[in-house]
Amino acid sequence: MEHIRTTKVEQVKLLDRFSTNNKSLTGTLYLTATHLLFIDSHQKETWILHHHIASVEKLALTTAGCPLVIQCKNFRIVHFIVPRERDCHDIYNSLLQLSKQAKYEDLYAFSYNPKQNDSERLQGWQLIDLAEEYKRMGVPNSHWQLSDANREYKAAICRCSQPLSGFSARCLEDEHLLQAISKANPVNRYMYVIDTRPKLNAMANRAAGKGYENEDNYSNIRFQFVGIENIHVMRSSLQKLLEVSGTKGLSVNDFYSGLESSGWLRHIKAVMDAAIFLAKAIMVENASVLVHCSDGWDRTSQVCSLGSLLLDSYYRTIKGFMVLIEKDWISFGHKFSERCGHLDGDPKEVSPVFTQFLECVWHLTEQFPQAFEFNEEFLLQIHEHIHSCQFGNFLGNCQKEREELKLKEKTYSLWPFLLEDQKKYLNPLYSSKSQRFTVLEPNTVSFNFKFWRNMYHQFDRTLHPRQSVFNIIMNMNEQNKQLQKDIQDLESKIKQRKNKQTDGVLTKELLHSVCPESPTLKTSLCFKEQTLLPVNDALRTIEGSSPADNRYSEYAEEFSKPEPAVVSLEYGVARMTC
Amino acid sequence: MEFAELIKTPRVDNVVLHRPFYPAVEGTLCLTGHHLILSSRQDNTEELWLLHSNIDAIDKRFVGSLGTIIIKCKDFRIIQLDIPGMEECLNIASSIEALSTLDSITLMYPFFYRPMFEVVEDGWHSFLPEQEFELYSSATSEWRLSYVNKEFAVCPSYPPIVIVPKSVDDEALRKVATFRHGGRFPVLSYYHKKNGMVIMRSGQPLTGTNGRRCKEDEKLINATLRAGKRGYIIDTRSLNVAQQARAKGGGFEQEAHYPQWRRIHKSIERYHILQESLIKLVEACNEQAHNMDRWLSKLEASNWLTHIKEILTTACLAAQCIDREGASILVHGTEGIDSTLQVTSLAQIILEPRSRTIRGFEALIEREWLQAGHPFQQRCAQSAYCSSKQKWEAPVFLLFLDCVWQILRQFPCSFEFNEHFLIMLFEHAYASQFGTFLGNNESEKCKLKLQQKTMSLWSWVNRPSELSKFTNPLFEANNLVIWPSVAPQSLQLWEGIFLRWNRTSKYLDEAYEEMVNIIEYNKELQAKVNILRRQLAELETEDGMQESP
Repeated sequence: MEHIRTTKVEQVKLLDRFSTNNKSLTGTLYLTATHLLFIDSHQKETWILHHHIASVEKLALTTAGCPLVIQCKNFRIVHFIVPRERDCHDIYNSLLQLSKQAKYEDLYAFSYNPKQNDSERLQGWQLIDLAEEYKRMGVPNSHWQLSDANREYKAAICRCSQPLSGFSARCLEDEHLLQAISKANPVNRYMYVIDTRPKLNAMANRAAGKGYENEDNYSNIRFQFVGIENIHVMRSSLQKLLEVSGTKGLSVNDFYSGLESSGWLRHIKAVMDAAIFLAKAIMVENASVLVHCSDGWDRTSQVCSLGSLLLDSYYRTIKGFMVLIEKDWISFGHKFSERCGHLDGDPKEVSPVFTQFLECVWHLTEQFPQAFEFNEEFLLQIHEHIHSCQFGNFLGNCQKEREELKLKEKTYSLWPFLLEDQKKYLNPLYSSKSQRFTVLEPNTVSFNFKFWRNMYHQFDRTLHPRQSVFNIIMNMNEQNKQLQKDIQDLESKIKQRKNKQTDGVLTKELLHSVCPESPTLKTSLCFKEQTLLPVNDALRTIEGSSPADNRYSEYAEEFSKPEPAVVSLEYGVARMTC
Repeated sequence: MEFAELIKTPRVDNVVLHRPFYPAVEGTLCLTGHHLILSSRQDNTEELWLLHSNIDAIDKRFVGSLGTIIIKCKDFRIIQLDIPGMEECLNIASSIEALSTLDSITLMYPFFYRPMFEVVEDGWHSFLPEQEFELYSSATSEWRLSYVNKEFAVCPSYPPIVIVPKSVDDEALRKVATFRHGGRFPVLSYYHKKNGMVIMRSGQPLTGTNGRRCKEDEKLINATLRAGKRGYIIDTRSLNVAQQARAKGGGFEQEAHYPQWRRIHKSIERYHILQESLIKLVEACNEQAHNMDRWLSKLEASNWLTHIKEILTTACLAAQCIDREGASILVHGTEGIDSTLQVTSLAQIILEPRSRTIRGFEALIEREWLQAGHPFQQRCAQSAYCSSKQKWEAPVFLLFLDCVWQILRQFPCSFEFNEHFLIMLFEHAYASQFGTFLGNNESEKCKLKLQQKTMSLWSWVNRPSELSKFTNPLFEANNLVIWPSVAPQSLQLWEGIFLRWNRTSKYLDEAYEEMVNIIEYNKELQAKVNILRRQLAELETEDGMQESP
């Protein structure tokens, strides 16, 4: 690789992100073609994919060395101290190059090789088939050609971009199309047009020859603004949020006032409210809804996909959620590459629109813990991969561009890999029966919205609960399946034994050939009463659980004064099993 | 006094009860000496029984002849009664007002309550100091029980029996008592078996402005140190506040007189600051229409989570001194009956696995709150809707329970009890049919003859049928010290308390049930597998015997 000058630097320090007294781990830093790797003295590995790097910063030289701060798109922040400035400079330059590629062909997906052959790869791409999906929804039918509709209701969700109306322009064909949509709904003769922008923004757009529908020109439409802010507002909102949550020694008041002033949860609530408005129009009034924003690929995608999720339980399954993303995001041209900054491009096009969608889904899972087949880990994993450029799904900015890149021939699809690992992403409390046909009606009272710690601090383990109920229940569910199998096994063995005892005709040899007993099973069938199996020791590990990690006080100052005989505090992550 | 005098209208028909998230219920309203009862005439509908002592405030208003009474409860619930007839409504309102603010403790419900259950174990005798001491006596002989406060003569807010260093005699204790606020001389709060370090608690030393000292006090607390060891004094007040206390005769331990001790000042609020915090928080939670910015700024302005963080941090610091620094500590603030108890009891939750069991937690509340003289009667007289700003009302105990909940959330498998247990304790601290939380200290409890005249909460709770509701299905004994995170991102609003009446918890409850089902099913399957394994093994040995010649 022409960009890599130094591949290995020793004696590098990794600073604890929240430590106020510069707690650190020492280790070795490696630079590969795809990853930056840090291995600390406990052999713990930290892998950072180059594509995940949002920014690299070289700070002023200190006596300890040269600080290098890397912020990642998956919200990991690492702070290295490299002993020699020369090395730091090399790594810094390499990372700058490696994290910002100019061409799609240089992205990881084009070199990633999971050792599958062509047909396996193609199968992977065919796993999620949108034509199938429209069939599932029941379109085309007598009212609809292939477009976008909802299965259970005669009403439909439609989407488009803003009309180019300016102050007075009209388009008769557009008016007719809307009328046709409206007529396609046999139940209700009026339809809603949702403009997801704040009214002020939409009015401002009129000056540029764009704007919104004039209710007078369209028969039977009801017009509604729902006030979701644009991509630039969202970008700076997230930036503020991360600044606050990344503050060292953060006080409760600074946290909440920062949360408020970032506006992040307000935006999340706005998206959710819009989706609920849409779902209600369809469900309660049986009215069709046309959704648009300015371009029709950001806010519109958020609202349509969330609305679908509320209305149709299929989208709350693992596979259904993949279909939803393919349908409302990928195929309708959400500009993933620009929004996620896959290539070295205009930073003003970057915006966490899809992250917001995932966060809305997370909030729904919090309110309806049994309505989703998937768990939080699934959402985090998808978020990881919209930025990783490891799979082809999210590359490019629209369908056309994707076809030109020949993604299906040159890259792999993410979905089969997630499905293969399905077990990890299952919600153990999912109740498929009771939820199948129900529509979710979330409550968007403000106190129901919380900071998503497991997303924005997913790598800061010391901030997480030390024991995870969720993991324990998940493993117990798995264990229950195994136990059921064991019971069947045992019952059939007992039956055979009993048969053998009553039916003495059977010869010993015959029995053995009928029931070959595996040696492993035999050893497990011991007399000993087995105690309640530990679900999984690793799950009960309390990570990051030492007082030093939790910073109850500024000990450096409090305890290290020479006076009392002080036992030195344990640094580093104490792993305690319980 | 007869309650009948206070009840002007004992019964009104056609009253409509409104509660959030429930359909309105029409029925007959009855007032008794201790309860407000609304029973619908339809069958199978639940009756509402509300203790008058649970009523924090009432509002009334009229539209024509239809009166409405809004009842705000100490557990934060708000209900509305529509009462036809202005006179009836006024009568009911004034009766409720009088009955919910009775002056005399002996008129309270616990003195009239007759249990409908069989008492298996009398809770008044469940946690005797002697028994608690026995738990330590196998590990140490450096401590003894002292009966110096037998008649409550030395310290009115201490129990008759306390644990003190063996080397200090009762005469010295009497002297030390005169040097400590409220006579609260240093006593043992907790003994850490792992390394023999201890938590002691007391009132502030009465040094005053001229730096008064007391040799016996110095000797007493030094007696708890091993040779060559040093200890920490955790003062729950800021240095500034502690210095100001000197002007009123209080103060703190001077380094010169306590050279073996390092003092650490923390800043835990008390009194009206906490009460106002609670009032603001509950007000914020009750307003459904707040937009996001307003909600977040109200939540912030309440400062509730700031108090939680401060209390937890101090408790963690105390635990850290004991377990990691290997140093004994003395904790006090001013009087040693509020923030001091929050710190000493939470430190034990962190350090001591037993205090995370149901029995152990009950014992902790007995030792560190009831017997230690937290003035429940005063602190819990009013709750979030009170308007009388009395200095002594403060949600000190609720803050403690909230802190326990925060730790429970971070270590969901390490506690034998669940959230409902904590909520139940909160309810009973403010209004109860049991005598446990009546009175301000042991001395008052004794005078009220609570043991003879009322039922203990523990007598009711510790029956299997009740316990099952409070047991955490995920519990697996964890013998480690548990260090919670106190970062703002790790602390949460206790929804089970503060949003309890403001949202439906249907889906969350169902999910919890499903979780319990999975755990129960797991146990069932394991038991079955074990039985089948044994059965098969028996068959195999039988076969073996048949086959062997």
